[in-house]
Amino acid sequence: MSLFKARKTITIDADILIVGGGMAGCGATYESRYWGRNLKVVCVEKANIERSGAVAQGLYAINCYMGMRWNENRPEDFVEYASNDLMGLVREDLAYDIGRHVDSTVHKFEEWGLPMMRDPETGRYQREGKWQIMIHGESYKPIVAEAARKAASEVHNRIMVTHLLTDKNDPNRASGAIGFNVRTGDFYIFKAKAVIVAAGGASHIFKPRAVGEGMGRTWYAPWSSASAYGLPIRIGAKMTQMENRIVLTRFKDGYGPVGAYFLHLKTYTQNAYGEEYESKWYEDTKKLVGDYVDRTPVPTCLRNHALLRELANGGGPIRMVTTEAFQDPHKETVGWENFLGMTIGQAAVWASQNIDPKHTNPELTTSEPYVMGSHATCSGAWASGPEDYAPSEYRWGYNRMMTVNGLFGAGDASGGTPHKFSSGSFTEGRIAGKAAVNYIQDTGTSPEIDMAEVERLKAEVFQPLENYSVGRNEIVAGTVSPSYILPIHALQRLEKLMDEYCGGISTNYMTNEPLLTRGLELMDMLKEDSDHIGAEDLHQLQRTWEFKHRLMASESVMQHTLFREETRWPGYYYRGDHMQLNDDDWHCFTLSQYDAEKDSWTMEKAPVYHITD
Amino acid sequence: MPTFVYMTSCDGCGHCVDICPSDIMHIDEKYRRAYNIEPNMCWDCYSCVKACPQNAISSRGYADFAPLGHSVRALREEDKGVISWRVKFRNGEEKNFVSPIRTTEWGSIPGPQEYDPPKPEDFRSQELSHEPDYLKIDEGLPSLDPNRLQQKVNK
Ligand SMILES: Cc1cc2nc3c(=O)[nH]c(=O)nc-3n(C[C@H](O)[C@H](O)[C@H](O)COP(=O)(O)OP(=O)(O)OC[C@H]3O[C@@H](n4cnc5c(N)ncnc54)[C@H](O)[C@@H]3O)c2cc1C
Ligand code: SF4
Ligand code: SF4
Repeated sequence: MSLFKARKTITIDADILIVGGGMAGCGATYESRYWGRNLKVVCVEKANIERSGAVAQGLYAINCYMGMRWNENRPEDFVEYASNDLMGLVREDLAYDIGRHVDSTVHKFEEWGLPMMRDPETGRYQREGKWQIMIHGESYKPIVAEAARKAASEVHNRIMVTHLLTDKNDPNRASGAIGFNVRTGDFYIFKAKAVIVAAGGASHIFKPRAVGEGMGRTWYAPWSSASAYGLPIRIGAKMTQMENRIVLTRFKDGYGPVGAYFLHLKTYTQNAYGEEYESKWYEDTKKLVGDYVDRTPVPTCLRNHALLRELANGGGPIRMVTTEAFQDPHKETVGWENFLGMTIGQAAVWASQNIDPKHTNPELTTSEPYVMGSHATCSGAWASGPEDYAPSEYRWGYNRMMTVNGLFGAGDASGGTPHKFSSGSFTEGRIAGKAAVNYIQDTGTSPEIDMAEVERLKAEVFQPLENYSVGRNEIVAGTVSPSYILPIHALQRLEKLMDEYCGGISTNYMTNEPLLTRGLELMDMLKEDSDHIGAEDLHQLQRTWEFKHRLMASESVMQHTLFREETRWPGYYYRGDHMQLNDDDWHCFTLSQYDAEKDSWTMEKAPVYHITD
Repeated sequence: MPTFVYMTSCDGCGHCVDICPSDIMHIDEKYRRAYNIEPNMCWDCYSCVKACPQNAISSRGYADFAPLGHSVRALREEDKGVISWRVKFRNGEEKNFVSPIRTTEWGSIPGPQEYDPPKPEDFRSQELSHEPDYLKIDEGLPSLDPNRLQQKVNK
């Protein structure tokens, strides 16, 4: 209780507020300052931007680079690739926008000091695949963070943002955010004319394969807490493609990346008996998705599908054939450094199990599903398109502005734009940053904070501490209380529920209308129980709010999955009651809007515009 | 492989607390040294390991799937611009790797405000900072003919 009394309220007046200082947030901070020389640009981050977000441990590749200067790819090619991989459903206007700008981002990264690998023959960036270039990226995040720190008026680390605020007189206009300092417990009110949400994607929505100590070794970082969805959904921003969760084929247990292995090292997969298996499932896949199976490269979800079919058929484990490639010492080094550069835990798995890929072909597995918007998947906010060519149905405001005025999104937060990866996320942050400056200049007026609302939310923010201190007195010791559940209890209930009812690993990614309906009933009870989470300290208070953002996002995933009556991405998930891909009815985006007052969802379809010749 | 801290090496400086993206490196009140308060929320990202001036932090494979007896050690030297790795297998085999981490001086990145301010007409163009120069192409920033975006089912 002493903590409660000592708590200060700190109010910060910003022009542009960037929520989340990961890749997109750093890009947004940089660009906001470039265009808004006299504006107060504030970046707020729950961790420390030096090592926060999905790039905390570094990356070994930049997965989105056109190479226009060497005539390697055009933005149109990128759009075709991304759209193909997502089974035809991509906001092509946004994807083109990423493609045309991303090279300038990467060239800046190199100038800033990011070590790029070069092809010794051509002198160009070393290609890993058509879109990927190889880097020594251990310090990728510190380098990008340095640029953002130079640009920002203020960076506030260790502040968990819990809610976005809207204008007192216009519920469809953003006016700032609130949160608390996870070290001091101080309450923060950020007033802002424009808010850019760049709070990353979502892990721990679905039950992970490892549920003990290893539950933190998810593919996407355990701190990817769905805030990028939970925050805007609550104030009514429309979301798109939230059903489009991603399942990743990765090295077993450590979820070590396979990109460099397939593309650069030319390793390949086979079943337990040394057979190629993908072609076996060609006809089976074709029955589900028709001609989509003939696209090259084969869409990520369909490759998963073949692997899952092979496992169900008794052909497991699936292995990556590394023993040939690893005889080349250069390739062996690349293979190991790839992990040390971005998934150290995989190196540990191999070392602990005496798996030397030079002699042993390591196992692959499919991960639990993740919800995010920058990889081979595109969940996120429905955003306005570029002013110079986006069709009018995609353009209601400034580039990357959500359906709430003055609220922008970038990176995992922004929907319909897959395959952005680290470079594209930073680039999208830049796009949003410039647009936010223009928005502020054009709008002129400042939004107003509703202080009564802030006071109400403040009580809600700290309630879990209160729940704990009251409830804890009832029991002798331990974690079982009749009046509260701990954040980890709530999280694991959510994960189990999503796993069993929304197509997680335990059902082999299968769901249907009855399962989803039942899942939503259980989720309602979890929502009620979430008012009774007890947080022992500020760290657990952070975990509580991370959970609440995950819960909000999960409900949206459920609603979207229920709405789309088809199986668009076999290998990501299956609607057992609608196993077929159905272009007649579902070649569209799904949109949702949450009404917090009524606690209800509205679903609609939006058209897909393709780039034609 | 969640982290742990060697009692005799840690001096309680708090660098690991400051950097951990998961907020799970905390200082133990009794011993005034750091420890991992929530190993099941550790990503094994090594941010703390790399930041520890005493090399007091190491990591042990996640109990769910990693047998004992291995280690992955990292030494990150900013002044030299390299990171060195030593991977030790359960059977004693060892592998060593060294990679560059940065090609420029730490702190040398110019802020965007150090460049000439954009001209009023630039605000309405689609070009971002440092464009078109940094695209390194002659044609300038590409754009689409809006008529090429058509609503249709398949390509
Ligand atoms: C294992 C792995 C391998 C990858 N490999 C590659 C690769 O090889 N090449 C490549 O280009 N990309 C790769 N990626 C993808 C890349 O990391 C992401 O696309 C990119 O980081 C997304 O950027 P973002 O800014 O949206 O999210 P993030 O970079 O995750 O940033 C989100 C930020 O928001 C903060 N935040 C979240 N919630 C809150 C809150 N409530 N309050 C305040 N702050 C908050 C987080 O702490 C974080 O700093 C990989 C990712 C992973 C996990
Ligand atoms: S950084 Fe190292 S020495 Fe400092 S508190 Fe952490 S473990 Fe101890
Ligand atoms: S390895 Fe990463 S997540 Fe684990 S304690 Fe260290 S900094 Fe935190």
